[in-house]
Parts: sequence; C-alpha cells; structure tokens
Amino acid sequence: MTDKVLMKGNEAIAEAAILAGCRYYFGYPITPQTEVAAYMAKRMPKIGGVFLQAESEVAAINMVYGVSSAGKRVMTSSSSPGISLKSEGLSYMAGSDLPALVVNVQRGGPGLGGIQPSQSDYFQATKGGGHGDYKMIVLAPASVQEMASLTVKGFDLADKYRMTSMILADGTMGQMMEPVSLEEVKATTYEKPWAVTGTKCERKHNIVNSLSLVPEELEELNFARYERYKKVEENEVMYESFMMDDAEICVVAFGIAARVSKNAIVEARKKGIKVGLIRPITLWPFPKKALLDAAEKAHTFISVELSMGQMIEDIELAIQCKRPVMLCNRVGGMIPSPNMVLEAIEKADKGGKE
Amino acid sequence: MNDKRITVFCGHYGSGKTNVAVNYALDLKKRHENVSILDLDIVNPYFRTKDSAKELSENGIELICSSYAATNLDIPALPSEMYAPFCREDNFSVMDIGGDDRGAVALGRFAPLVEKTKDYQMLFVVNFYRPLTQTPEEALEVMREIETACSLWFSGIVNNSNVGVQTTKEYIENTFPLVQKLCEISSLPLVMTTVRADLSSQIEDSKNVFPLTLQKNVLGG
Repeated sequence: MTDKVLMKGNEAIAEAAILAGCRYYFGYPITPQTEVAAYMAKRMPKIGGVFLQAESEVAAINMVYGVSSAGKRVMTSSSSPGISLKSEGLSYMAGSDLPALVVNVQRGGPGLGGIQPSQSDYFQATKGGGHGDYKMIVLAPASVQEMASLTVKGFDLADKYRMTSMILADGTMGQMMEPVSLEEVKATTYEKPWAVTGTKCERKHNIVNSLSLVPEELEELNFARYERYKKVEENEVMYESFMMDDAEICVVAFGIAARVSKNAIVEARKKGIKVGLIRPITLWPFPKKALLDAAEKAHTFISVELSMGQMIEDIELAIQCKRPVMLCNRVGGMIPSPNMVLEAIEKADKGGKE
Repeated sequence: MNDKRITVFCGHYGSGKTNVAVNYALDLKKRHENVSILDLDIVNPYFRTKDSAKELSENGIELICSSYAATNLDIPALPSEMYAPFCREDNFSVMDIGGDDRGAVALGRFAPLVEKTKDYQMLFVVNFYRPLTQTPEEALEVMREIETACSLWFSGIVNNSNVGVQTTKEYIENTFPLVQKLCEISSLPLVMTTVRADLSSQIEDSKNVFPLTLQKNVLGG
C-alpha cells in the first residue's frame, strides 16, 4: 500500500512520461493542464532532462519536431486553444512520420472559451486538426491511473508506428486527484534507424522532412502511411465493455462522461433496464467492430458527450446506421449528471417516447 | 488550546492546505467571536476557500478573498481587505496560502504585518502520499523553498497524509515515522494530525488528532 501516490491527473501524465523514458518537455502554460509543465519544471532538471517553457505553442511543437527527429522520446502538452496553435506542427510531424506524445486537457470552447472541462476537441483530435491526410493515435483516459498507463502506451505506440499519439483528456481528468500505482508502468524501447543522429561516416545520412515536390512520390508516401494506419486499426483498438452481455441499450462514452454513465447504468439496472456501456479507450482507432457487434442485440445507442455531438457521428458510421443513436450532452464546461444520463436511458427504454 | 492571532497554512501543491484551513477556522470559531479566513492563493483557479463560502458564512466566519476567486477568471489577485485583520487586535485569522514557493510569494508582502503581531504560527501542511513530498527530505526541501519565498519561518508541522476516499487508519499510521523524521530534521513540533472525521477516533491521541469535519467533494462523487 505504500506504492500508492495521491496524484492529480496532470501530475500522473508527467511522472508516467518520465518513467517511459521521456527526458524532453516543451510547452507553454494554459489552464487546466499547467500542472504538467509545473511538474516537469521541478523534475526534469533533477534527472538530467530538459524542461523548456517556449515563447509560444508554435515554438514548443517545433522543438518537439526537432527532438523527435533526433530519435528521443519527447512530449508537449496544452489545452484546447493551445492545441489549435500546435496543429500546423502536428501536420508537419505526420508528414515527416515523427513520433511524439501530445497531451490535450480539453476546456470549453470554441475560441478562448472557459477553463471548465470539455470533450469538444474530438473532431480536431480524430479527424486531423491540421492540414493534409493524416491520423493521430488518440487515447482517452477515464481515471488518474489511466492518465499514467495511457501516457506510457502513447509513447510506445508512437515509436512503434512513427506517429503522434495524443492523450485526449478533459479538465476533470487533469485536475482530479486519485491514488495511483506507478509500479506497473512499463515502457518498451524501439530502434529508430531513421533518426538524425550523425552518420559517423558509416552510413548514408537520414533525412527528416515533410516537403515532397514530386506528386508521384508524395502520393506513394501517403499510400504507405495509410498502410501503416491500417495496421494500427487492425491491432491497436482498445475499449472497455461494461454490463454489455444482455444489453438492449448501449451507452457509448469516454473519459469523464463514461464515469458518469457507469453510475447511471448501475441505477438503470436496478430498475430492470438492460443497458450497458462501451467505453472507447482509443478514439482513433475507433472500436467500430465492438459497436457493430453490439448493434445485433441493442435496439438503441446513446452517445454521452461533453460536446454538441461529435463522437455520435463515428457511432452512426460504426453501426452503419442500423440503430438510432440518441445524444445526451452538456457543453461549455458543464458535465451531464448521472440523473440526466439515467433519464436518457429511460427514454430509450420506452422506444424514444417521453 | 493556546490559539494564535494569526495561523498561516503553507505547503506543497495539493497537500490539502485549503481543506485544513477551512476546518481550522470552523474550530477557532467555537472559541472566539471574530474569526477570518484569508485566501491568498494566486496559483490555482480551482479548489478554493470560496467553495466553502456557504458553510463559512453560516458559521459567521469572515471570508476575505479576491472577487475573482472561483469565478473561472484565471487572474491572480488579492483584495485590499486582506490588510483588515492585521488592524483588529480581537481578530483570529487563518491564512490559506497557495501551493509551493510560487504560492508563498503572495504571503511575502504580508510577512512584516504577520511578524508585527508577535502572535502567529506558520504551519507546514504535508501529505506524504503526494508526489515530490514522499520523503522527509523532499518535504524539508519544499519547506525551505517556501520560507525563502515568503521570508517567514515555519513553527510547526501538520500531517495531512491521505489518499483521498480510500484512506484507512493504516495509511495514516504508516506516515508516523516519516513525520517524526521531518520533525527531527526541521526541529519543529507536530502540531496536528489532520484526519477525516470518521477515522479520527481510530488514531491515538498522542498525535494531536484534528478531525476534518467539512469535506468538499468538488466532483460530487
């Protein structure tokens, strides 16, 4: 029991990153993720790492680009408006096939918005955000423990597939405190023969670049990249299934919305309603097959989100519009209450009638 | 209890200072007419003394905080009313300081006024289950950083070790050797062991148990 530490989600991300071998952090403060930077500022100098508060988000993501090119584990973190600023860099990193971990502790938007939790950057994270054809691996933690474990997973997957991994958390996950065990956190090391590390005149030099002026070649690069993305979709889907065995109603939710939904589902089960939860842990790749399978038994789906309805589109695509999908949502920094979700479940149980 | 006119709570980020300070103010009010609580947090816009405004007001405790506190407007500010308690000799004040040395900077400007009362205590709140204060040595480092930032010396230690709702008697007792060591290397007394009210009767009296009756659950479960 002495292995338990009481951590904020933001601190858990920072410590887990260090355990995963990350020694380079570049960022710019923004609520509600500032603790990631504050923690790194204290820890990195003590372990021979680099913490640098950049002059802007744009500068920070380009520093990440540089360190990643040299083959080192590197990260940055921000909250919604800051991620928008980093999106150009994220596209360049995708175009250069560079791995890194990027953390988005979302707040209410659009624009400068507020400082309370949100999930309204779902589209931005899963559909690109920056320009061009590219994907990021998007991980959605629902506890402080998962903030730690998915951080390590994110670094591993990023190196394995030469992609950016994003932790898509929300303000609640970043600020809440829970006991965490960091002992089970184990990272994998990957060879990076592509890294720009100096040839010592022993090999051909490596080039890391996103500029490609010959259209035939650029097309080939895109095809090859999407072959890799296909492998990620085949091998790396993660989700949690909760009370789904006999479920006639399937709630789909991630992060804080999933925690609220679980409480509502337990209450609904007491009333005899057969309802379960599928919680995507990877938002990209999205658990399409699990949802399509659930559509065999479930007559209605409910998407619980802290957005105006973003993930709901992926649910509809995944189940090929075979079943109706209801939206249960709050926005602007508000969180749906278990009661609100319970009411949505009861409505679905009555066939959508009031 | 020999209460001081000014009690200052400082500590590591997230050590539970605000929770301890609010409960301490409620306890002071049982013995004194005029009790104030001063929110000097310039670090974090969340989890503020103002979250307990209702309970404080119901108990007749004066809350002095920035008008921006707990409004989501992330602006570090202190109101001029902060000076008032130092002008009233019949007033007992609790000062809740923001985390770490960065938070303690705000206390620095009041340091001469605090010292002038010649009737104050400055307590270090420690939770040994928090990262960066898991050993007595790490905790002492944070203490020295805070003292440097605010130009005041600590006079005692508050052991607020817990792991949130999962806390048991054993979790608390396991930190007794750590806090004893911290007392030794800092040459300061253990003033309180703060414990969630439902667990407080299980802890031995010699540890100056102080039950925390008011618990804020910001997430509502």
